[in-house]
Amino acid sequence: MLTTLAAARSTRATRPGLSTTRVGAVIGRNVGALRSGPSYWIVLVSGFFEPLLYLLSIGVGVGALVGDLTAYGRTMPYAAFVAPAMLAVSAMTGALAETTFNVFFKLKYAKTYEAMLTTPVRPVEIAFGELTWATVRGSLYTAIFLGVMVALGLAPVGGALAAFPATILVSLAFGAVGLTISTLMRGWQDFDLLNTGQFAMFLFSGTFSPVQNYPAWMEVLIQVTPLYHAVELVRGLSLGVYGLGLLGHAAYLLVMLAAGLWFAARRMERLLCP
Amino acid sequence: MIFARDLVKRFGDFTAVNGIDVEVAPGEAFGFLGPNGAGKSSTMRMISCVSAPTSGELRILGMDPVRDGTRIRARLGVCPQLDHLDPDLTVRENLTTYARYFGLSRAEGRRRADELLDFVQLRDRAGSMVEPLSGGMKRRLTIARAMINEPDIVLLDEPTTGLDPQARHLLWERLFRLKQRGTTLVLTTHYMDEAEQLCDRLVVMDGGKIVAEGSPRSLIETYSTAEVVELRFPDGLDLNADYAAKMSGIGERVDPLPDRVLLYADDGDAALTEVHRRGLTPSSVLVRRSTLEDVFLHLTGRTLVD
Repeated sequence: MLTTLAAARSTRATRPGLSTTRVGAVIGRNVGALRSGPSYWIVLVSGFFEPLLYLLSIGVGVGALVGDLTAYGRTMPYAAFVAPAMLAVSAMTGALAETTFNVFFKLKYAKTYEAMLTTPVRPVEIAFGELTWATVRGSLYTAIFLGVMVALGLAPVGGALAAFPATILVSLAFGAVGLTISTLMRGWQDFDLLNTGQFAMFLFSGTFSPVQNYPAWMEVLIQVTPLYHAVELVRGLSLGVYGLGLLGHAAYLLVMLAAGLWFAARRMERLLCP
Repeated sequence: MIFARDLVKRFGDFTAVNGIDVEVAPGEAFGFLGPNGAGKSSTMRMISCVSAPTSGELRILGMDPVRDGTRIRARLGVCPQLDHLDPDLTVRENLTTYARYFGLSRAEGRRRADELLDFVQLRDRAGSMVEPLSGGMKRRLTIARAMINEPDIVLLDEPTTGLDPQARHLLWERLFRLKQRGTTLVLTTHYMDEAEQLCDRLVVMDGGKIVAEGSPRSLIETYSTAEVVELRFPDGLDLNADYAAKMSGIGERVDPLPDRVLLYADDGDAALTEVHRRGLTPSSVLVRRSTLEDVFLHLTGRTLVD
């Protein structure tokens, strides 16, 4: 990942390396914003509840009608099938909310990054800082969510511990792509498009039923989209169903992370340093 | 401090800066003067190393902005045209957060923030968010922010545009103190009084080129006369050109405007006597010293640029 970014090094760069101090300062700005007022907290807290409410209403509520479900060669309560998917969704929404909504605002309206770039901070350091922060936010959601899963008996403690690092990867991958999306957004209307895409993935990525239930063409389509891989990886680890397939899913997310960061750093450079 | 030779900036087909030569000495207050679209801000962005020159040579503090951008920016203080202060942070945090971008420790950031808040007279607003501040306060905070790294050069892009007279004078006074401390100031402005107040030396830009260069005084001497007589006639609107024709030969130059006629002469009173002798009876007369504004309008024309 770091080598990919070194290749994306800009003309303004002094050295190919990144300054962790400056990346830290970019993150520190968000910590400051968090301390300064309640508005950020509202955004932060509200983002956590959505997947949890779905878990309770559909996983537990509808699950009572559905009964047990057989997948991955084992039989489990429906809620145990849905919970890891909602976990992956939390990681996705946490990271995406930060890197799309917040980053877009800072990029286009608050001009936060223009101010940063009059200092030694470089665009690629902004990309790294924002991605790290988004991942912290996503991982905060998933850590709490895993606690809920364990408490409800939907995942063993060992499974939860194994799944947590995977949710970090999910946040990183979606966060990196979110950064790129922010640099391509024309205005707030584009967020409707993003929301629709996110919601479609949320419904179909093997979240509420195994993808094998869909017609073959849809199954293939789903397997191309990212949330499917996130769900499969997180679910495999939390249920303890290991296999080579998990490596494939992880590789998909790693490529997504590297490509997202590379594009984001380049686009930011283009937008901010014309 | 700054050295530019044949500096060019193009955006696609549009040439914003078209081959300028600039040299700024340490401790100098240097101004870029010009109408909107003259290329001042593009030049400033190149000097602040956020925009790479298309061609030509540019050295800041002896370094190349493309290669050493990070190192140069560590020693610059930039006060952009729009304040873009951080709306999610308090006044003080705007400074301490900014200090971190320069790699200063938290303690050092806090120390400098408090010192600068005193300097720009915002100490009592330290805990306030940015939004309720007045335009003048925001601009002062931006200047404080630009000084957090104790820069060798402070770049100010239209520092007082949009401020009321009190706020402008307070700001000028603070900038003058900065200059007295030996900080090099580079600013853009389209206010002539600002250029006269602050700049030791300035260039007038128009259409991406430098059209004149010198101290405010020397520019006035070169491109204008010592005095200007402003004459208004009761029926002037359509006849100013005729009146101007009747004044030809008086002073050095006659310039008919829609609302008044400007008569450029080294001795305004003598010129006025001659006007009266020729039987012209203006309804109001003002004899004043020539200003940079006269130079500016003479050099860059009177047509609206945008």
